[in-house]
Amino acid sequence: MKHAIPWWTIPMALAACLLAPATSPAETPQEKGLAIAQEADRRDQGWGDSSAELKMVLSNQHGETSDRELRISSLEVPDPDEGDWSLIVFDRPRDVKGTGLLTYTHITDPDDQWLYLPALKRVKRISSNNKSGPFMGSEFAYEDFSSQEVAKYDYRWLRDEPCGDLKCFVIERVPNYPHSGYTRQIVWIDTDEYRVHKIEFYDRKDDHRKTMLLTDYREYLDQYWRAHDLFMENHQTGKTTRLVWSDYAFRNGLDESAFTTNSLKRVR
Amino acid sequence: MPQHRGRRLAAAAVVALVVAATPAGAAEPAGWLPLPDWKLPDWNLPDWKLPGELSGYIAADTRIFLQDPQFTQQRNQPDAISFLAEPEWYLDWNDGSDAFLFVPFARLNPLESGRSHFDIRELNYLHVGNDWEVRIGFAKVFWGVIESQHLVDIINQDDGLENLDGEDKLGQPMIHATLIRDWGVLEGFVLPGFREREFSRKHGRLRTPLLIDQSHAAYESSMEQGHIDLAARWTQTFGKWDVGLSNFWGTSRDPLLVFDPLTTMLVPQYDIINQTGFELQYTGDALLLKLEAIGRSGQGSYRPAFAVGFEYTFVGIAGTDADLGLLAEFHFDDASVDQPFSPFDRDIFAGFRLTLNDAESTQMLAGAVVDVRTGVTFWNVEASRRLYGSWVLEFEMRLFTFLDPFDPTAPLPQQDPYSSFAQDDYIQLRLAWYF
Repeated sequence: MKHAIPWWTIPMALAACLLAPATSPAETPQEKGLAIAQEADRRDQGWGDSSAELKMVLSNQHGETSDRELRISSLEVPDPDEGDWSLIVFDRPRDVKGTGLLTYTHITDPDDQWLYLPALKRVKRISSNNKSGPFMGSEFAYEDFSSQEVAKYDYRWLRDEPCGDLKCFVIERVPNYPHSGYTRQIVWIDTDEYRVHKIEFYDRKDDHRKTMLLTDYREYLDQYWRAHDLFMENHQTGKTTRLVWSDYAFRNGLDESAFTTNSLKRVR
Repeated sequence: MPQHRGRRLAAAAVVALVVAATPAGAAEPAGWLPLPDWKLPDWNLPDWKLPGELSGYIAADTRIFLQDPQFTQQRNQPDAISFLAEPEWYLDWNDGSDAFLFVPFARLNPLESGRSHFDIRELNYLHVGNDWEVRIGFAKVFWGVIESQHLVDIINQDDGLENLDGEDKLGQPMIHATLIRDWGVLEGFVLPGFREREFSRKHGRLRTPLLIDQSHAAYESSMEQGHIDLAARWTQTFGKWDVGLSNFWGTSRDPLLVFDPLTTMLVPQYDIINQTGFELQYTGDALLLKLEAIGRSGQGSYRPAFAVGFEYTFVGIAGTDADLGLLAEFHFDDASVDQPFSPFDRDIFAGFRLTLNDAESTQMLAGAVVDVRTGVTFWNVEASRRLYGSWVLEFEMRLFTFLDPFDPTAPLPQQDPYSSFAQDDYIQLRLAWYF
């Protein structure tokens, strides 16, 4: 009588059963990284619209500073294939006061952007290939401001490690949208509330160019965490930008009509 | 001519100063000029506070002309420093649904009274509904997409005393209603009260060879400045395309200049015209394609004109943060002799826009408009840089050259209306403080 099943399959199967729980989520680092990003995104859904004020302090290597002040309104676009909408109004420096920037973010397509120039009363559609360029001369690039959609990056979980009093997932994300100035970013996300605490930015030469620290997290509507202090340091130039958010307000009743080229013309 | 040379030297020194102040990545400390970081006075008096918000700028500027004037009446002494101000008082209520805006403008040129003037740029009330809004009063409106000329833009009269580029406008009284719908934005304008164009006076530079008799303007309409003009415009975005279609019926903003044999002056004649305008822009990744076209009737024969061009932007050139945009535009205008002169009959504009994206917002736009038939060329450089706090230095250079590219020895084409500007190349410097 012949065995229908080779004898050695039995210990193999047993071993597989024993090992399974350890690796069973059979999750690759890519899948785990994506799952973390998706969970962070899921926790940040449903905020509707928001408005906030923003103060930036730019410092150079000589310690000289200059200030920027602006206001940002955002509209959540529920469609997962589309990015959010935003309207930025500049208050300082005074020579750009009243300038407006309207952005319809797309996931991987170029964003739609219109700039309003108050001196000429001119609304100008602009190309958005300057994603990697500095925002108002600061160490923040336009893409650092842009809405963070899951599909904008490919992810890879690297490790878990302590971050302050918390524990963090450390994941690497690689932008897959065009014109990014980064080859990759390393992101620290806490395991408690899935808040981003630190991002390291690697430029096109894969040099570690900038680091951003996000602190002073506050919770809104019992659900949405927002960092109020973002500190960006450029390791190559020694310049820094501190970005302080204030007066966050959610669900102000803003709808699409507040984000049109027409509303851009009367920003204040 | 020593005086002549002296002025050129002064101009060169000024250029050197500006160039020294604007190199990319210059490491000067932010406060390298001893400019005070002024603050507006505190308007909070014991029991009274200025409602709303006050902003704007005050500035001083000067034009340095590089040659002696062409006409004997023109003042031939170093240009004085002009002072100008454009404050803005804004007030809103009902959560911004209602707003009031007042923007006066004034220039004071102590030596050349011809350029001193005052204007109400804006004095209006705005009400915003959910998908409509209405603005009533003096206001300013811009239409168009092209950079080197503003062909479609017609609502506001040019402020000819301020600049040649058609970007400084006089306030226009209007009722401006806007309807925002899925099918686009529809705007209607009722424009009572016409504003006459201001021209350089007898002693001023950049003027016509014959003087313009501004006090005896002629109108086709018996209502003259009281004629009520009407306009409408529809704009819509289709993906990467932005489209605008407009129609204006009323008093032409640019007059025909008619020779009066009695006074030997030119009399501005304002006809009733109908102008249909079309604007189109395609916004690609780095490429913008632009088109403006008009058809105008009411001043002699039907006049078609268009401008078409592109702008291509290189981001982060040479590993820096700077962006470089290359621009080229072609202009066609069929204006005949019985119509207001257009310098853009068959012209090509080529230029570049350099944006350093630095903390000082340093930027420069430079280019030349060449008349392909006469070779007359209008050179233009505009640059600006924030110095410290809210101080901004602006540089402007405009030159006219009259070389026939096919025959450089040919004499200056006297029939070209620009020939009266032949000796009026200038450099302008402006220092502005914004509050």
